[in-house]
Amino acid sequence: MDRLTAATVDATARTFDLAHATVRELNQFLHRELPSTAVRRVTVENPGGRHAIAAGLDAPVEVDVRGHGGYYLAGMNQHAHVTVHGNVGWGVAENMMSGSVRVKGFASEAAGASGHGGTLVIEGDASLRCGISMKGIDIVVGGSIGNYSAFMAQAGRLVVCGDAGDALGDSLYEAVIYVRGRVKSLGADAREEPMTDADFAAVAELLGRAGFDHAPSEFRRIASARGLYHWNAEADQEY
Amino acid sequence: MHTPTTPDRHLSREESAGYDRKVIDYIRNAAAHGLYEIRGLGAKRALPHFDDLVFLAGSASRYPLEGYREKCSTKTVLGTRYASKPVVLDIPITFAGMSFGSLSARVKEALGRAATELGTSTTTGDGGMTQEERQSSKTLVYQCLPSRYGFNPDDLRRADAIEVVIGQGAKPGGGGMLLGQKVNPRVAKMRTLPEGIDQRSACRHPDWTGPDDLAIKIEELREITDWEKPIYVKVGATRTYNDVKLAVHSGADVIVVDGMQGGTAATQTVFIEHVGIPTLAAVRQAVEALEEMDMRGKVQLIVSGGIRTGADVAKALALGADAVSIGQGALFAMGCNGERWFRDGVHHDATADYAAIGTAPGFCHHCHTGRCPVGITTQDAILEQRLDPLVAARHLRNYFKTMTMELTTVARACGKSNVHHLEREDLVALTIEAAAMAKLPLAGTNWIPGVTGG
Repeated sequence: MDRLTAATVDATARTFDLAHATVRELNQFLHRELPSTAVRRVTVENPGGRHAIAAGLDAPVEVDVRGHGGYYLAGMNQHAHVTVHGNVGWGVAENMMSGSVRVKGFASEAAGASGHGGTLVIEGDASLRCGISMKGIDIVVGGSIGNYSAFMAQAGRLVVCGDAGDALGDSLYEAVIYVRGRVKSLGADAREEPMTDADFAAVAELLGRAGFDHAPSEFRRIASARGLYHWNAEADQEY
Repeated sequence: MHTPTTPDRHLSREESAGYDRKVIDYIRNAAAHGLYEIRGLGAKRALPHFDDLVFLAGSASRYPLEGYREKCSTKTVLGTRYASKPVVLDIPITFAGMSFGSLSARVKEALGRAATELGTSTTTGDGGMTQEERQSSKTLVYQCLPSRYGFNPDDLRRADAIEVVIGQGAKPGGGGMLLGQKVNPRVAKMRTLPEGIDQRSACRHPDWTGPDDLAIKIEELREITDWEKPIYVKVGATRTYNDVKLAVHSGADVIVVDGMQGGTAATQTVFIEHVGIPTLAAVRQAVEALEEMDMRGKVQLIVSGGIRTGADVAKALALGADAVSIGQGALFAMGCNGERWFRDGVHHDATADYAAIGTAPGFCHHCHTGRCPVGITTQDAILEQRLDPLVAARHLRNYFKTMTMELTTVARACGKSNVHHLEREDLVALTIEAAAMAKLPLAGTNWIPGVTGG
């Protein structure tokens, strides 16, 4: 079957069936051809857990992935809005710059790793190292997150509606974590701080963006104690 | 024997080999501060190296080429395995990855200018790509490091090749450091960090762990860049034989092996001197791994870590490297450890500035302080003006041209019309250690320790 048929029906929509097309064909369309077409919505059928689906997007397109994605789905996203109607593997929206990615199911490890901007919403749980190295991205997780999440996170917000695992926020820089449930343990230099009005407002805004209706008052703030910022503070002391 | 006239050999003045003044100084410093030493540059101790090899060259049994007139190609192509746009260089000598942050933007510009004039590549570092280096570099390799500081898809697409950095020869298994003195507003902004903090880069990538994950990561980078750009994988030399095989497995187009003589802007001295293996041993392991996988010539090998001269380049190529990368040598060419800096036709004495940071020209490894007396490894607005990018680029160009001439001189003497035709058979070792590491015969014998009897 000619998979281009859909384009003749609606010039603003396009479907790629990965049972027939390759990820490379999909991505090369999204990178090279899309900007010169009227297409604003792309549907990916039968993703089959393939890796790097819709990686490197750089246009304000809506992408619907109808099934499960593999590693690095929507990696390095700019401007696009991606929805996954399923689960994803490692590094969903890794290094995202802008736009948004929503995972209706669960996310495996390193969700949103080193993201610089945009919004990542995971409706289910996220596994280990969620938000590791984040640099400005906002991540909202409807469920719980695994161990070592927000490790060395530099900027941005991570909102967790469920529980957090061990070593949350280890070696944090300026990123802020809001957790509603239990925290199994905090990592080095992470500490709980009182919620301010600005924190409640931030949580309300992020929950609103994600479409979750918990009360902001149920969340606690975890941030850096900044004790590791100058690790050689005693270097000049001789005793 | 007891000789009273030389006090050092008198029993009452005998220095301990195990606890000499250097070790005592180390212990006293550790006792005073409770902190390890951090410094820049690479291993200072004597190691088996390319100096321990010599070329056999042409004679009655081999036919040399005439040194000045006959053609000797230095063209080098990197990334032929998967990339649709391989990197094509005029010479097999490239500039190693060094960060904006460790170096000033002016130095990055000088490196780019020199590389462009020489027809070679330069490389970004931990801290992202600066406008200065992108604009001045015809061929720019963009590093993807564990920290992902400043890493973004626009720069990825603007790059000519991508280098996934797993490790570095000066500190395999460790992340980078940039002390607060060098985290100025521009550096901080590029790295998304608070100004003035002592920055510690991660030692592991955030979104993959083992080689099977790396294969998928490389696939993603190729997808984002539409399979155009060569992807390098850089490893610090440790278990090089295994690491090279795994890098090939992961889908690398090019493998960069950085030996323990490789430099750094700042790391613990214990790392620099005690972790990793010498470049000489690493090259041989890397080449063996490629040969066993039938990947010689398909996956290119770049060797770095203590490459200083045209002879070093020739020896690395003869051992099986396709190209070399130079970091510290480039810094020295620009004036690192020099007694003077030069501006507007006038030389200025820098020795007082070396003294102020507790060192002297020829001994300085104080890159970590950010107080580089000759304006190279600094982010200080005044000190960085001591380096004129145009003058520095000229010195770099001269240095690389000299090495290229030495390389072709040796290659012609060995009868090669292409520097890539240099081969192991052209080399012998001067020491048993070098013979064993490089698996070359000890000069004048057929003995290869660990391989042949005797």
